[in-house]
Amino acid sequence: MDRRARLVRRMEEALGAVAVVSERAELRTYECDGLTSYRVVPSLVVLPESAEQVQRAVCICHQEGVPFVARGSGTGLSGGALPVEDGVLIVLARMRRILEVDIPSQRVVVEPGVINLWVTEAVAPQGYYYAPDPSSQLVCSIGGNVAENSGGAHCLKYGFTTNHVTGLEVVLPTGETVQFGGKALDTPGYDLVGAFVGSEGTLGIATRITLRIVRKPEVVRTLLAAFVSMEEAGGAVSGIIAAGILPAAVEMMDALSREAAEAAVHAGYPAGAGGLLIVELDGPAAEVEYQFGEVERICHQNGCTELRIARNDEERVLMWKGRRAAFAAMGRISPDYYVQDGVIPRTALPQVLRKIAQLAAAHDLRVANVFHAGDGNLHPLVLYDGAVEGQAERAELLAGEILKACLEQGGSITGEHGVGFDKKRYMPDMFTTTDLATMQLLRCAFDPDHRCNPGKVFPTPRLCGEVPGPYRVHPLEKAGLAERM
Amino acid sequence: MDVRLREIVGAHVWEAGTEDAIDGVQPALVIEPGSVEEAAAVLRLANENNLAVAPRGGGSKLGWGNPPERLDWILSTVRMNRVLEHAAGDLVVRVQAGACLRDVQQELAGAGQWLALDPPEAEGTIGGIIAANDFGSHRLRFGTVRDLLIGITYVLPDGTVAKAGGKVVKNVAGYDLNKLFTGSLGTLGLIAEAIFRLHPVPASSRAVVAPQSGAGMGAGELGGAVQSILDSSLVPSALDFEWREGGRLFVLFEGVETGVTAQAEAARQLLDRRGGAAILEDVQVRPLWQGMGRPQLDRNGTRLKITTPIAELPALITCVENLAAGHPLVRTMWGHAGSGIAYLDLGADEQPVIALLAELREKIAALGGSVVAHAAPAGVKRALDVWGEVGTALPLMLAVKRQFDPMRVMNPGRFVGGI
Repeated sequence: MDRRARLVRRMEEALGAVAVVSERAELRTYECDGLTSYRVVPSLVVLPESAEQVQRAVCICHQEGVPFVARGSGTGLSGGALPVEDGVLIVLARMRRILEVDIPSQRVVVEPGVINLWVTEAVAPQGYYYAPDPSSQLVCSIGGNVAENSGGAHCLKYGFTTNHVTGLEVVLPTGETVQFGGKALDTPGYDLVGAFVGSEGTLGIATRITLRIVRKPEVVRTLLAAFVSMEEAGGAVSGIIAAGILPAAVEMMDALSREAAEAAVHAGYPAGAGGLLIVELDGPAAEVEYQFGEVERICHQNGCTELRIARNDEERVLMWKGRRAAFAAMGRISPDYYVQDGVIPRTALPQVLRKIAQLAAAHDLRVANVFHAGDGNLHPLVLYDGAVEGQAERAELLAGEILKACLEQGGSITGEHGVGFDKKRYMPDMFTTTDLATMQLLRCAFDPDHRCNPGKVFPTPRLCGEVPGPYRVHPLEKAGLAERM
Repeated sequence: MDVRLREIVGAHVWEAGTEDAIDGVQPALVIEPGSVEEAAAVLRLANENNLAVAPRGGGSKLGWGNPPERLDWILSTVRMNRVLEHAAGDLVVRVQAGACLRDVQQELAGAGQWLALDPPEAEGTIGGIIAANDFGSHRLRFGTVRDLLIGITYVLPDGTVAKAGGKVVKNVAGYDLNKLFTGSLGTLGLIAEAIFRLHPVPASSRAVVAPQSGAGMGAGELGGAVQSILDSSLVPSALDFEWREGGRLFVLFEGVETGVTAQAEAARQLLDRRGGAAILEDVQVRPLWQGMGRPQLDRNGTRLKITTPIAELPALITCVENLAAGHPLVRTMWGHAGSGIAYLDLGADEQPVIALLAELREKIAALGGSVVAHAAPAGVKRALDVWGEVGTALPLMLAVKRQFDPMRVMNPGRFVGGI
């Protein structure tokens, strides 16, 4: 029996035939995640429905020496869940149970396939919500959020996934199941929850996730402000921050992204604005009222041409609708687009926007800018037509140069979409060879054989051989209490 | 060896005194490098010569952890104490590890900003606070080091200098080693520099105390009071309690004047039903909060940090009360009720402390929590692991240690599972 046939048989025995996809045509539907420019057909797809089945699947991979990739809803934008050839894709979409809701301790325990928004829906009746809100929250899974350390529009004030995970059950690449953290804080030992969240599926598979939930704010106030230019809008953001105000969200859109969003969802955004700002404040009523007044004043001071305040939930939802639809709306104004995800220190916005405009002109392409302005997370959307020869290549080149412009200002190559497969080539622009080699010491502790999502995040894998020098035996090993991994 | 050290740090090396000992283990030398490069050269030398090194900042938390298995050098960061960059417009600061938190705060205050960490030991350094994952009352609102640290430069024992994270608050490029180093008690490498996100200093503050006087609430009542605040739409910066036969709750509000006045009044009304709550004005709040910190621990006393899920606070208190019945050794308990964290100070009598700790651990584990001894006399530390059980993750933690510090140079024996 050849290797693949044996793998299929073992997986079918372990998980049941319904949980194993091995037909070539069916496998092709799994060939990419949310970033469709990279496609690899996996050798096999398995769909476990419990932590135990995940463990069985990983054990088989380990025993057979086969690499594996975990995937939730597959909405990631960096190719982080791109399959590997000859590898198994472990899809967690069937693990969709909310296992426990503990309001008094402000925790919810879920399986990895649970959709982000379901967590909020489960606790909303009691007045709580789950804070990280990526734009894809209707479809993306918590397991994927954990892998990517997903953010969202509201992470300026409330933090990212990593600030909202307190415990994990993880199946390690060797097939063992381990517990990190829990419902209580500060479990003794290294913060492996913190190390695991955002590791992009390269350290293991989370099978049970303990989340922190947050009490709904007393009031939410949202305004939409139009400016002649992005620079003036940026000036207003700096003014808000300088006034000591920490908004729940500050979103900025340029003329092109406003135009596209308007065409797609008719949010009623002011026509002709060169820069659009959505500012949302939430919290106790008296504080929000006072600060909201300050925000209005600052917007006017910075030359705002039109300012609208959402009078009710419908108006608020409408203001957000255009922003949330901004990526997909690009289809209205361009046959193809690439979503870039760079970060800059907020104060560097004017320089970076100028640079992006220069780069776009030099490559003869259009770039629409959508910006989580509060935390400096820039999403330039590079528009191109794949049918025109050379445009896709130019778009890729331009997107890469935008990242370098972010790095020149002391920024980052990714704020929330992850490095994945797509951006590993830019990692050496941000980190030294030594930085990258040292990060991978963590990888070596978890996955010495590089079987767990190989080929992602790091441009060059570190060999996890024996560390040089005489090894000093740990007393616990001597006592036979712990095995060397 | 001395000659080689002098080549690296000049005159900044000397013989250690008894005051430099950790849990009675005497080091030979104290070394004070003046730069990351010097620190790297010192560590490389230690690594090559199979020595054991304990990093030291302000020295305020050297009693945390198990006694060192071996100890040759103290690597002091006192000379690496500068604020390197304060980007006020970006609410970010980059500091050297030896900088004293108090000094950093002073510098940031000029721009109306602060690093939202308030551990009680004012002389603590940035590096020490990160390594020990120390925090204070403001944790409820701002989180702890892990939520504020966005970039780190560290030195591995083989002299490798590397960094992770960066200067921007939102960044998912590469592994988040900030978190790995936070709370690692100096066992993976030397933390040399750190970058933090900052917050604006609030304009006003109010605190609510309940009950204002008298015997205090019962455990169940205290738990109910905590839940009434948590389950409201109030946003306190801190929600602390103290317990001496009865419980008292302290709620801190910070922000704009109109906001804190309204919130404090709402909290007072919520808590008043439970026996007399009072609002403290701005001027009284700060001394209260500093005083709330950690009481001075008796010489040879033991201090336990107990964590449970938030809702288990009444069970935690009841459990301590029951175990302590008839024991004169239980002094006082206080903590961060909104985060499920309590501290318990015990007297100097070793045997009862050892017995109580073992029993307490079992009971708290059943509640889903843990008990760590932050300070304890040598006799207690010899009798049991100050960290307690680590569970199924221990082999992985040992593997992490082995990757970063294969020679076990950094603080050997002081962390969980003998790491």
